Amino acid sequence: MTTTTSRPATMSPARRQIAIRRRPSKHLKSVLMGLGGWLGSLLLFLPIAYMVLKSFQTEPDAAAAAPKLIFTPTMENYKGVFEAGFWPYAINSIIVVLVSTAVVIALAVPAAYALSIRPVAKSQDVLFFFISTKMMPIAAGIIPIYVIATALGVLNTLGILIVMHIGMNLPLAIWMIRSFMQEIPAEIMEAAAVDGASRWRGLRSIILPLVRPGLASTALLCGVFSWNEYFYALNLTNSTSTLPLFLQKFLSFGELYTAHVAAAATLLSIPVIIAGWIAQKSLVRGLLFGAVK
Amino acid sequence: MHIPPVSRRSAGKMLAVTAAGALLAGSFTACSTTGSGDAQGDVTINVALAANPQMKTAESLISDFEQKNPGIKVKFTTLPENDLRPTVTKDVATKAGQFDVAMMGSYEVPIWAKNNWILPLDNYAKNDPSWKQDDLLKPISDIVSANGKLYGAPFYGSSSFLFYRKDLAQKAGVTISQTPTWDEIAAAAAKMDDKSAGVSGICLRGLPGWGQNLASLTTVINTFGGRWFDENWQPQLTSPETKKAVQFYVDLLRQHGQPDAAKDGWEGCLQKMSQGTTAMWYDDTVFAGSVLGQATPAVKDNIGFAMAPTGPANIKSGWLWSWGLGITASSKHPDAAWKFISWVTSPDYIKLAGQKAGWDSIPPGSRKSTYDLPEYQKAASQYADLTLKSIQAANPTQPTAQKVPYTGVQYVQIPEFVDIGDFVSQQVAGAISGTQSVDEALQKSQDFAAKAVKTAGYLK
Repeated sequence: MTTTTSRPATMSPARRQIAIRRRPSKHLKSVLMGLGGWLGSLLLFLPIAYMVLKSFQTEPDAAAAAPKLIFTPTMENYKGVFEAGFWPYAINSIIVVLVSTAVVIALAVPAAYALSIRPVAKSQDVLFFFISTKMMPIAAGIIPIYVIATALGVLNTLGILIVMHIGMNLPLAIWMIRSFMQEIPAEIMEAAAVDGASRWRGLRSIILPLVRPGLASTALLCGVFSWNEYFYALNLTNSTSTLPLFLQKFLSFGELYTAHVAAAATLLSIPVIIAGWIAQKSLVRGLLFGAVK
Repeated sequence: MHIPPVSRRSAGKMLAVTAAGALLAGSFTACSTTGSGDAQGDVTINVALAANPQMKTAESLISDFEQKNPGIKVKFTTLPENDLRPTVTKDVATKAGQFDVAMMGSYEVPIWAKNNWILPLDNYAKNDPSWKQDDLLKPISDIVSANGKLYGAPFYGSSSFLFYRKDLAQKAGVTISQTPTWDEIAAAAAKMDDKSAGVSGICLRGLPGWGQNLASLTTVINTFGGRWFDENWQPQLTSPETKKAVQFYVDLLRQHGQPDAAKDGWEGCLQKMSQGTTAMWYDDTVFAGSVLGQATPAVKDNIGFAMAPTGPANIKSGWLWSWGLGITASSKHPDAAWKFISWVTSPDYIKLAGQKAGWDSIPPGSRKSTYDLPEYQKAASQYADLTLKSIQAANPTQPTAQKVPYTGVQYVQIPEFVDIGDFVSQQVAGAISGTQSVDEALQKSQDFAAKAVKTAGYLK
């Protein structure tokens, strides 16, 4: 007890001087950093706030050049969005996101396993092949895809969207999950092997629990990409489609539409924000997981 | 280190996980397929539409059609104009058969008809007396036809005219005649321009795009005596008449137009007119209903209309446009498709839309009978007659003072015009925003257009 209370007294006057001098500068630095962080986040948040604000305004208010901050909020735009048939599109979106993300994770886990924990022959080439599928712009491939989909009679179905979203997200998921798996020390796997665990057991009982934050962030990212995907939806589907296609229904010729589009866009963003919020912890952990590599 | 080899059982389990997912995806492919006919023997027709308020009304009234035509279900795909064209083009060109009915602008109709992407409608129209083909406005029916055959059933038709604020004109001491000239309009814009009150003298489309600034500008070029091409397809963009017209348009916008004019298309001007921040606006007649519907009360009561202003060549300069509905060549149910088209473009539908959704939201400009309806006469008294007069005055087969090898008032009816027009419109926007002179913009445009028509084989 006495030692703790007398501790400051043991500090030499010179050191105390330095400590006093150092404290405000350190404090100032952290304040500045905090301020910068806040400013940065506010700047990033501004477009979203703007969108939400516009969604509660009347069309002429929303289209005004100078942003109107004081106005009587209206729910008319949201009503209009639901009346225009929001739910069928929303249900389609949910099905496409859930199914495609589940399949992506189910396929990416064994693939990542075979590329990190027990690398197959030429695993670097395989990895490069996976990522190379992302190198061609999707617009370049859309006509062959469209013709094949026509021949198979799957245009305007959720199935074609699910397959395309799987193809779109799989390389990314394999790369992400692989980097998480590489973080696992080889010793753990060796210890498991010594204890007689099979590979399946090792994957299920050791690897999957260890990479769970990584899986969560991968799934969320794939889910968000799939939720927001517009190009395939526009080209391969029409009446049976997802929310991004619904959104553009409001881009109408001959009338103002900013407020309606803002309301639809706000509704579209809510699930992504909620999912991000719930998965925030594992998302941050997951995204930083492979960062030190 | 020893890692036990994968047992057959665990490999099987792994496979099962992935296969389950794949199967799940597969099953959706099967169950969500929307065939054109369903279990009850009903026919479903798919309609691709450009988003516009009149079509929204039609969508909301579809139960009337389905009641009158049991067994036919209608599914709508609504797309913005710029996405509709490539989507439908891709569908009809690859014969994918996704759409039975497609909405087309008058620019597309002859091109698509030539490619055999759409079916002629004459036989359907002949056998459907209640559709009343004779009632269609002739200029509109002409621009949705090709080689003397009707390919598009006009949903609405429009021309261009001038919107102006009567109160501001009075305050500035100017009178806008019903048939103004561009010189008068420029002088009026100068007088009504009130920068301190935030009101511009005029609002004109400045945004690049062949369907944006070029539509308005081309009508000005026509009435100044200019033209896009001469009889031999030699571009005429640097001719004295064209230069004078473009210089006039750019100067008017830079001196008395809306601020940052190159950023505004019809959307920006519609907003400015209804909010009272511009004294005049030259644009599509179909916007009259929208402006009056959206304007603040003080503005609404003071909006006047006049014919499209004319220039030195004294050519009636209003444009001509129509959205028509056509049956795609790949449609599996052309008869059902016609039934829908007939319903939505009929005089009866116009009455229904007026009664159910309000007379200002009917599709205007397609039929003579629309303008005889007393209810519409009353609701649209300020602009109905002028719209009709503007449409009837437009001459898409001879839009210019001198002879031209093309048709179309505010566009050139060739497939290459989208590219040429978009390029030229960007040059014009550059001149409006001040990054280059009108001469520079037109020289570049002339070179581009010459190359394009040469490559396409028009210019020998």
